[in-house]
Amino acid sequence: METTDSRADLLATPELATTGLGASEDLDPGRKRYETLYFALRNTKLVVGLTVVLLLLVVAIVGPWLTDADPFEFGFPLGEPPSSQYWLGTTSAGQDVYAQFVYGLRASFIVGSIAACVAGALGMTIGFVGGYIGGIIDDILSMLTNIVLVIPTLAVLIIVAAYLSVGSLMSEAVLIGLTSWPWAARAIRAQTFSLASRDFVSLARLSGRGSFRVIVNEIAPNMSSYLFLTFILLFGGAVLTAATLDFLGLGPSQVMSLGLMMNTAVSNAALQLGMWWWFIPPGLAITAIVGGLYVMNVGLDEIFNPRLRRT
Amino acid sequence: MTRYLARKTLLYLLTFFVAVTIDWAIPRLMPGNPIDGLISRIQADSTASQQLHGYFTESFGLDQPLWKQYLDFWRGLLHGDLGPSIAYVGSTVSELIWAAIPYTLALLVPAIVLSYIAGNRVGAMAARRKVLDNTALPVAYILTATPYMWLAIVLVYFLSFKLGLFPVSGAYDFSLQPEWSLEFARSFISHWFLPFLTLFLVSFGGWAIGMRNLIIYELESEYSNYLQSLGAPTKLVRKYAYGNAVLPQMSGLALALGAVVGGALVTEIVFGYPGIGTLIITALQNRDYFLMQGLFLLIITGVLIANFIVDIAYVIVDPRTRAGIQGS
Amino acid sequence: MTLAVDNLRVYYRTLQGDVRALDGVSFTVGDGEIMGIAGESGCGKTTLGKSLIRLDGRMHVVEGTVELDGTQLPLSDDNAMNAFRFREVSIIPQYAMSALNPIRKIGRMTSELLASRGVSFDETLPELSRRLALVGLDDTVLDRYPIELSGGMKQRVVMVLSTLLNPSLLIADELTSALDVSTQKAVAEMLVEFRDREFVKSTIVITHDLSILYQMADTILIMYAGKLVEKASATEITQDPRHPYTRLLLGSLPEVGVRFADKRLSGIPGRPPSLLNPPTGCRFRARCPLAFEKCAEEPPFVEIAPNRHAACWKAVA
Repeated sequence: METTDSRADLLATPELATTGLGASEDLDPGRKRYETLYFALRNTKLVVGLTVVLLLLVVAIVGPWLTDADPFEFGFPLGEPPSSQYWLGTTSAGQDVYAQFVYGLRASFIVGSIAACVAGALGMTIGFVGGYIGGIIDDILSMLTNIVLVIPTLAVLIIVAAYLSVGSLMSEAVLIGLTSWPWAARAIRAQTFSLASRDFVSLARLSGRGSFRVIVNEIAPNMSSYLFLTFILLFGGAVLTAATLDFLGLGPSQVMSLGLMMNTAVSNAALQLGMWWWFIPPGLAITAIVGGLYVMNVGLDEIFNPRLRRT
Repeated sequence: MTRYLARKTLLYLLTFFVAVTIDWAIPRLMPGNPIDGLISRIQADSTASQQLHGYFTESFGLDQPLWKQYLDFWRGLLHGDLGPSIAYVGSTVSELIWAAIPYTLALLVPAIVLSYIAGNRVGAMAARRKVLDNTALPVAYILTATPYMWLAIVLVYFLSFKLGLFPVSGAYDFSLQPEWSLEFARSFISHWFLPFLTLFLVSFGGWAIGMRNLIIYELESEYSNYLQSLGAPTKLVRKYAYGNAVLPQMSGLALALGAVVGGALVTEIVFGYPGIGTLIITALQNRDYFLMQGLFLLIITGVLIANFIVDIAYVIVDPRTRAGIQGS
Repeated sequence: MTLAVDNLRVYYRTLQGDVRALDGVSFTVGDGEIMGIAGESGCGKTTLGKSLIRLDGRMHVVEGTVELDGTQLPLSDDNAMNAFRFREVSIIPQYAMSALNPIRKIGRMTSELLASRGVSFDETLPELSRRLALVGLDDTVLDRYPIELSGGMKQRVVMVLSTLLNPSLLIADELTSALDVSTQKAVAEMLVEFRDREFVKSTIVITHDLSILYQMADTILIMYAGKLVEKASATEITQDPRHPYTRLLLGSLPEVGVRFADKRLSGIPGRPPSLLNPPTGCRFRARCPLAFEKCAEEPPFVEIAPNRHAACWKAVA
């Protein structure tokens, strides 16, 4: 006969609750992690999305090693279609499209990740503080968030980039990060609200822990999957925004980017000349990265929230 | 209802104020004297440049104390005076903007409205039918991940350059003048179609995905469960689910407006469509500060107004806000 | 006019196999009877309640039949069950307070629901008003949105709505878990009143709270780990429980007026077995203070006295 501490059971009286359905709540943490991994590998969306993104990441990292050409370097034959010598052909001014493509891909990943970090950090700070502390501070932060949210990002970026002329990927990324945090702040704030009312948080609060500690030790870890999803979406959004900025000529002009490729292509009549190898790959790559990230996001959401699983 | 709208109005007024201030402040924060930059562009001789210098200094009001500059800016704004254009010498910023707005609106309004309606419908259908869900949804994801300008490039390349189905650029044929005639209308529409399609397709993807997720969520809600337990036909359950899903979707509309406007800008550039987008590129390339300022304000104002319209629509659609209850 | 459940088995599909939530349950409920079904969380009572009206996503009926008023209920066929829902079988769900469409006025939702089931709202309105008055609400409630009502009011609306078409069987799922004690009493009395006025014929009240059953039920059915354990009239069960599980459950009930120190709550150590791979023999064996060798063989749920059933070798006197 099993004997467990009857004290705990004493408090439960007629309802002696366990969920005897034999589902995952009975499993120890190790098993639970295994179960998460199992679902992860089974989830088509996650697998497909992740594969696409990783593939492009590999190209971005390894690609430049496979060529000696500099993306801005001139001197190659003009307007050549793809061949075994020039894998993605050349531009009308004699630049190597492959070199431009892989360096541009690198730039996309760099800007995307930095911008996502900046926006994520801002969003987390404002979201956590507002959601946890509440009151007048929350009101102020919410108003701030709403204002920045309503202002069309691109308009601001255009003005700022025009006047301040973005010189490097870093500044472009920071700029994008500074304008795309509001929706993340909102989402995190909402989640923090609901977590803050839970018992274990109240317990931590009562035991005298400072707000900062409670947020870092209790709230954030319980939202880790949600934060991760938010990061992925921010990353995708940043890649798109960066591409648009670069296309408008507002990105760093000394750094090759996919948006810049499309810009140069269009202004140099690549469309009329039918130089598809110049303007199709960059946009395709962006679609693939962002699409892959979005699909990954959905897959991960299904894994983290069993309710959404539609098996 | 009034409380809700009042809160929103306050937000927009505040935002407008902040935006105008940013707009006014930025050129003055820029390194160097803006006027020198202007004059060097115009490349006038020394006497002319002296006069121009004086003119611009006065226009910019740089000889005035800062606070007066700020107030003058507001005053000019409220009079509709946005200053002269530098890129298009001889025209005022207001004139240029007024000429370009109709084209941009002609793209934006139908694209937003139609993509919203169509996206919601398809999304709702995908939520019910597994077959549609497995085909339409991946397409929607790809669409929403596509950068606007690239889709524009692809469409114009294949359908205009390669297949010659549509014209390549402009709003209408060069030989025609804007007028109320069938010939002009036909030319206008054939020029309008591809840029519109670009905006429509990308936005459509986003709405479809959003609606599909919302409907699934609503179909699993407790009121749906209850109705089904009482034997209500799926039609009624779906109707209620749709009605509930529309609300957050509409809030999403307000948020998405900024993104679509950005998309319209780059699409116009690819198609050489004479709207705000092309104007912005010209302003950027020519460092036309007055024009850029004016355009920035225009975009902000436009988005704020559109947000307000959506808020009013929300009040109409959500009976709870109408009844004055503090709902969501 | 009875409900006859015969050897009902309802399992949940999971990745690790079938969870045998309801594993061979047979009983009857008579006309005008209020039967309470009690047990711990996970004993199968909610599964039972749900399977009688609408199967959840992962539930499937493995075996067994359910007859209501002589007609077999097509439990597995969602479409066919629709004919019975609301009219013959109805439910007051556990989430009654959030069961109403938030963006519809209650009156409008009611009329749309009734219309969809082929019932005229105008004709039903007088009766609806009467019943609302019975539970302490008036007609203005129909003109309100759910968000304007208190939790208790919403629950009462749902109670009236669910019983509006005079179903033969009413399932009340955890009706009182979210309420305070005095409201619990009021709700229990309302259910009894519904039965007395013949709004419903048979009622099944699912709960983990034995004390509320004592107040309102005619019969009480105790479940454990997917199986029936004891069934008797409410008085008999509370005064003379035969199954060790019931006795322990009741032993853990605090009595009003008795100080904590005077009577120790005994509680029942241990937890119910996993229903993924349930143990052979009596499922309560591991926690039962009276267990002996024969318990390795599963005791049948038999009549041990007139109108008393139990599944225990020791209860067979």
